[in-house]
Amino acid sequence: MEVQSLPVDYLPILFQMLVALGFVVLTMTITHLIGPKRKTADKLSPFEAGIEVVGNARTPVSIKYFLVAILFVLFDIEVIFMYPWAVNFREFGVEGLIEMFIFMATLLLGYIYVIKKKAIEWGD
Amino acid sequence: MNLFYFVAFLSIFFSLLVIFSKNPVYSVLYLIVTFFTFSIHYILLNAQFLAIVNFIVYMGAILVLFLYVLMLLNLNKESEPMKSNLLKVVGVIAGLCLLLTVAGSLKLLHASDPVLLKNPDIGLVRNLGKVLFKEFLLPFEVSSILLLSAMVGAVLLAKKDITKV
Repeated sequence: MEVQSLPVDYLPILFQMLVALGFVVLTMTITHLIGPKRKTADKLSPFEAGIEVVGNARTPVSIKYFLVAILFVLFDIEVIFMYPWAVNFREFGVEGLIEMFIFMATLLLGYIYVIKKKAIEWGD
Repeated sequence: MNLFYFVAFLSIFFSLLVIFSKNPVYSVLYLIVTFFTFSIHYILLNAQFLAIVNFIVYMGAILVLFLYVLMLLNLNKESEPMKSNLLKVVGVIAGLCLLLTVAGSLKLLHASDPVLLKNPDIGLVRNLGKVLFKEFLLPFEVSSILLLSAMVGAVLLAKKDITKV
């Protein structure tokens, strides 16, 4: 068992987050400050592929988007399981590799099912 | 300890904002910040793995689902009718009863006594992986079947079967 990790050890992660956030804030502020502003009614209207705005943006979307989101969550959980495995990858050796492949194969089966069912196709 | 109180204050503050913001999209965004503070709590408790799970799955995936649910709803019209005052009073009484019951049962069980872990490093990713892939290998493999069934169920529910209809 390894030594306890202290909150201080997460300081690099905190710095990285600060840099990432700072970059976003900085670039957005600077572009707003130094860019020219010529506001006309046409420019301020939302762009909808060049045609006039039709209706409201707050309309219910198709269930297909939701299905994609659910599948994303499921594969996200798969990634979570791979995380403790990857940290111990060398220790587990071939045995761990086989264990993980069984897990992955089952989920790949699900993915093939999704593809076969054409659940994430947008044709119709 | 000061860090804990600061983060705890932030979690309560943002969870209150979740409840009190009028726009549901802002509610979800505040919920993301609330979950982020929970991640910090997990790190303070030396539960590295839980912090990462909370960060990736809850902040990343579940909140995306929440936003999609909001988009599935029709937010144009005010569909939520104002509840009557009587209903509000009943709700407050019921909520306080639940709080009292939970607090009383926790006091009876002495759950608030400090829990001493035999091994405080069990929450680290490396140690958890060793336990997961050695002792709990079968539940791990079974969980893949659980995920598979969830996938099939989601597709079955959401996809219209053209041949039947």
